[in-house]
Formats: sequence, structure tokens, C-alpha cells
Amino acid sequence: MTAAQKFPTFDFRHQHLLGIEELSADEISLLLDRSDHYAEFNRTDVRAPQILKGRTVINLFFENSTRTRTSFELAAVRLGADVINMTVEHSSIKKGESLLDTALTLNAMHPNVLICRHPESGAVKLLSQKVRCVVMNGGDGAHEHPTQALLDAVTIRRRKGRLQGLIVAICGDVMHSRVARSNIYLLQTMGARVRVIGPPTLVPGTMEQLGVEVFHDMESGLKDVDIVMMLRLQLERMQGSYVPSEREYFRYFGLDKQKLSSAREDALIMHPGPMNRGVEIDSEVADDIGRSAIQEQVEMGVAVRMACLEVLTCNLPILETR
Amino acid sequence: MQLANFGNPVMPTGPERAGMVAYVNARLLDPATGMDEPGALVTNGGVIADVGPSLFNDLPPATVDIVDCKGLVLTPGLIDMRTQLREPGEEHKETIETASAAASVGGISSMVCLPNTDPVIDDVAGVEFVARRAREVKATKVFCYGAATIGLEGRELTEFGLLSDIGALGFTDGTKAVANARVMLRALNYAKTFGQLIIQHPEDPTLAENGVMNGGEIALRLGLRGIPRIAEVMMIERDLRLVEATGGRYHAAHISTKEAVEVIRQAKERELPVTCDTTPPYFTLNELAIGDYRTFTKLSPPLRTEEDREAIIEGLVDGTIDAIASDHAPHDQDSKRVPFAQAADGIVGLETLLPLSLALVHKGHLDLPSLIGKLTCGPADILRLAEGRLKKGRPADIVIINPDKPWRINVEEFRSKSKNAPYEDMPVQGRAVRTVVEGRVLHDELQ
Repeated sequence: MTAAQKFPTFDFRHQHLLGIEELSADEISLLLDRSDHYAEFNRTDVRAPQILKGRTVINLFFENSTRTRTSFELAAVRLGADVINMTVEHSSIKKGESLLDTALTLNAMHPNVLICRHPESGAVKLLSQKVRCVVMNGGDGAHEHPTQALLDAVTIRRRKGRLQGLIVAICGDVMHSRVARSNIYLLQTMGARVRVIGPPTLVPGTMEQLGVEVFHDMESGLKDVDIVMMLRLQLERMQGSYVPSEREYFRYFGLDKQKLSSAREDALIMHPGPMNRGVEIDSEVADDIGRSAIQEQVEMGVAVRMACLEVLTCNLPILETR
Repeated sequence: MQLANFGNPVMPTGPERAGMVAYVNARLLDPATGMDEPGALVTNGGVIADVGPSLFNDLPPATVDIVDCKGLVLTPGLIDMRTQLREPGEEHKETIETASAAASVGGISSMVCLPNTDPVIDDVAGVEFVARRAREVKATKVFCYGAATIGLEGRELTEFGLLSDIGALGFTDGTKAVANARVMLRALNYAKTFGQLIIQHPEDPTLAENGVMNGGEIALRLGLRGIPRIAEVMMIERDLRLVEATGGRYHAAHISTKEAVEVIRQAKERELPVTCDTTPPYFTLNELAIGDYRTFTKLSPPLRTEEDREAIIEGLVDGTIDAIASDHAPHDQDSKRVPFAQAADGIVGLETLLPLSLALVHKGHLDLPSLIGKLTCGPADILRLAEGRLKKGRPADIVIINPDKPWRINVEEFRSKSKNAPYEDMPVQGRAVRTVVEGRVLHDELQ
């Protein structure tokens, strides 16, 4: 009996992790359970089983993101993988070509897992069609960011004990947010009620087609919610194109103590980071240890990515050493 | 003022004097005259020598080549009023020669190309280049539009008079809208001097900016930037005001939305000089075809909703939409094998124009004469061409169609250099079995 056979296998229908939309409730629960499992390892001095020993994981980032990349990297390293980081500078002139060319080049090197972030929606899916290894979506355009939604869900589940029946408000630039989309799909699949709040330029009424409730003011939108998820407002969305100014945005849609008072008393505050303090969230709220789960989200990020790596690679052929 | 006569209009092919050919045992279908009856047609060299039900009641003379049409449909050769040929400038995507080969297979005897080549067809030399290349290729007839503005930049008008004189059939900025209202006003006004047509790509560019598909639920789900449906009707409504003010002839190209059909219907009721066309994707597919970011379904304007698709069919049925064009937009693999937002717009259409359009007949929306009218005399009337009719003395451009023949689209078999079409393996019914241009047989699978 070889060492690899000791590791568990799972009932998971997908070769890749491209989005939450294609996952069933059982599959999501599985990933959340495994995340809980790894969260315990991360908190103690016990090393997680080295299930990815001898495997190669490539972090292929077409967008700069130190936080997410580090989280993926740490997750892979803690499972024993060899990790290569590639950040491809995204020139606006030749952006299309580099994706598939890079994919084919990397594929020829036989990695086991490719983790990809790309500024265009659908790009990671396209990549997955051209390579033979496992592909994990680290965020594609405004489409999906599945590990973020999973880590948010673990965080919520650990604090609230459940997802079913919770009222979750997602606030801010929902329109352009892959975090929001993945969260909407996940929360709905798991039986939570989702509201989206923001000005109509960022949260158009047509969002209702996604099965969420749309609000254009914080007061009524936050009433009785269990979870307040703030989104990062990209700086280029300000300067008059979607909202007139930071200060106006903060006045009406930034989360401060006063607006938060319409939510439930035990409402949890979340943010995918990095935060624009004083734009979408007030520091007083963000740093409130009793209510803010923002640090825990970061912590769960590593555990969730370990769980995803585990579940996606559990059927890889056993490594032999000669 | 006497305008310079450059002679040599874009009448590309010197006909071969092939002698007389009699097409017998045909279902003669000429939507221009309403003819739909069994009969025969004789060509003499490049022209139609005679046509009619009672022709050859006795046997045809022995000196005539006889072609038995086996009861199939004989119609005027199809006129495709909107194609992109990519020559000059992007010959790796398509050339006049490969497009002509594709057109012949599709039953198209005349194509009208857009001026969005490189260099742009905005001067006499550009029109003459296309004419010369078409003469050399000597296949499908190739006409062209001139650019409405120099360099398609939407600012200064081109030489409408000189360009018309050597054969430009109208003026358009191709796949770009003439966005500036003042420029459009002047274009409509000035084109009247020469009785010319202005063809608009009706889309408000400020609303469409950065959009890559129809705005709505699917765009929301895919995280793609949407083009609001109103971008089309707003541009048409603005233009209709300008048409009303100037009396200039205006054509809205490839309309895709319900609202566009409605406002053009109303404009026609008010007898404004307005026409429009659509193209098979808009009555064949809706935005759901995009699926998982299939770039072959990316085109401009974008695929719309099912309600729009139905409205386009209704517009074809009630006559609001005058013509169906292929909107042939060839692109190489590299232009499509990229993330959706970066992919080039367009679908190749020359070889699928007829079978996809015939689906309207097989599904009972249109009768065959009405459909063929949208592909022959419809565009011919808009462009004031002599083609598109089965009439003695007119060019011998004819196509024999088997309207019922079932087959599957195989993009690898396309004669077009580019294969960007989302119809792989789609079952269709009906195809051209012989295409004749000025008496010359360009495509033949009649036997």
C-alpha cells in the first residue's frame, strides 16, 4: 500500500473549480466541511497531511493581487506542493494573445494545478479548455471568484452556525463584482436570502433577475439583516462615471455605525479586502472586533483554498518514485 | 457642373459569350413580378433572353444547351447587400476570391461590400480597386459602398458624387455608426444631390461603449458588460428626425430589436424614405446562444432576447424589414480564441444566408416568394440595381434552389477563409444547387 492511498477521495463532479454557479449544495457543503477541517490545522502546530507532496501548483495571475496570490500559495505550500508564482503584466495592447499562449506553454510543463486570475470574464474557463491540469478560478473579470464566496460562507457558518435562512446584504459595486456574483449563487444555493444595496448605477434594478432583492438605500436594505457584506469600490468607478465622489458615496452608501444600526444587533460585518476606509466602510465599524469578521475571512481563505486543492486533486494518479 | 466621368462602373465581370442556355422544367419564381409558375428561362451570354411559362411549349431549338431543372425553383441570383470582404488589408481573413467562392455556393450572385477595409474605401481609388479585383477574379459580382466620412472617422464627408459616378451604391461608415448628428444631417442632405442612400449602423456608441453583449440577465450572470437594447432604437429615432428634416434616403442596417422594428414600421406608415435589413443571426438565435462565453456568437449588434427575435420575424412578415443580408464578417482564429470581451465581432454568413433564411419558410412564417423577395428584388430596389429580376434583357444572374433538401452545416467545408460561425452541425433545409452569374456557372450540384 502506497502512502497516497491513505488520503480520502470525495464525491465532486468537476475537474475544475471555475465558478459557484455550477456547484450543488452538497458540493458546497463538502468544501465548507473540509475547510473547517483545515482551519483547525492552521490554528495549531500540527502539520496538515502532505497530500500535494511532489505536485506542482502554478499561480498564474494576470492581475496584481498580493493578498489572494499569497493565500493560494500558502494553501498549496501547507499541503506540501511546489508552488510557482507567475504574474503576467497585462498590457492592454496584446492582452488577448498572451492568455492562450501562456496557457499552452505552462501546459507543456505538466503542472498539476493552475490557479488563474484574469481581468476578463470567462478567461479562466477558456484557459481550462486548453490545458490538461486542474484549473482553479482565482477571479475572472466581473464573473466569479469562487474561493472568496466559499471563505465567506465558512466564516458565516462558523459564526452563525448555519447559512440557511439568514438574510445577507451585499452592499456597493455589485454590478462589477465577481465576489458579489459568487456569493449570490452560493448563498442562494444554501438557502440564504440575499439583498443587494447600492445606487442604481452600481446596483441596477435588473439585478432582481438574479433572484435577489434590490435596495437603493442602506437604511431599508440593512433592516433586520444577519450579515452585511461590503464590497470594495474600485477607484476608477468614482470620478463621476458611476458615483460623483468618494465623500458623496460614503455619505449615502458607506457603512458606518448609524447605518449599521438598522441591521440586527448581532449582524456580522464582512469585506473581501482590501478596504477603502472612509469610502465604503468606516474604520470604527471595520475594526469592531465583536462584529467585524474581516480578519477571520482572511484566515479562512487559506483553509478554503486548501480544501479546494484537496478535493480537486484527490483523484490524481498516485505519484511513484523511482 | 459636369462631374468627371471615370467610366468603368463597378460592373466587375465581362460576360463570357457562352451561347444560349435553356433552363427548362423549372418553377420560375420572380418576386419582383409575382411570377410563380412552371416554365423555362433562356440565357444568351450574359443576359436573360427570354423567360416564361409558355416558353418551349414545343421543343427548344437544337442549338440551345438544355438544362433540366427537375422542377426545382429558379429565382434571380441572391443579392447580399452587406458583406465584409477584408480585401484590401486583411487578406488572411478573406479575399474577394474566397468570398466569391463562398457566395457562389450560397446562391449569391451579387455582393455589396462595406468600406471598412484597410485602407478605407473613401476615395475613387478604393472603389476602383474593388472593381478591378472583382474583374480579375471574375466570379460573383462585387459592388461596394463608399465610406460616409473620410477614414470612417465620423467627421468629414467623402466625395459622394465622384464615388457614386464610379459605382458606389451608397454611403456608410460600415460597422461604426455615424454618431454626430450634424454630420448625419449633412450626409443625408448632400446625398440627395446624387439620389444616394445613407446606410447606418444603428447603435448609439456612447451607450454601447465597452459593451460586448446584450444588456440583461445573461450579461449580468456572465459578468460581461451589456449594450442596452435602447442603444439601437435611440439612434434610429434620432436619424428618423433627420430624415424627416432632409428627405434623404436612409437605410438602417442589421436591425436586432423589437423597438427598432416598431419605429421603422411607423416611419414607413408616415412614408419616410426609410428601409432596413436584418441578418440571419437575429431571427435564428438569441442571447442564450452565448452559453459559456462562445465568442463565435459575438457580433454587433449583439444577439438579443427571444422577444426581439420574434419581433424581427414579425417585421419580416409584415414587410417592415425589406431585406435579409448575410452581414458576412470573417475573422481568423486568433481574433476569436480570446476572452469574450476581447473577441472580434461578427459571423461568416455567405454560405448560410439562404438555408438559415429558408427556415422562415419551413417554419411557416413566410411563403417562399416573400422570402426570396427579401434576398433579391428587396435589396435590388433599395440599391436601384438592375439585378434581382427574371426579366428579358436583364443580367443572367440566376440561382436554382432546392428549397427542401436537408443537410447539416459543416463549417470546415466553408469556402470562406474564415470559419467563425456558431452553426456547427446545425440541421438546415434547402440550398442553392446552381449559381449562374452573367451566364457563367459558378456553382453546380444540380446533377
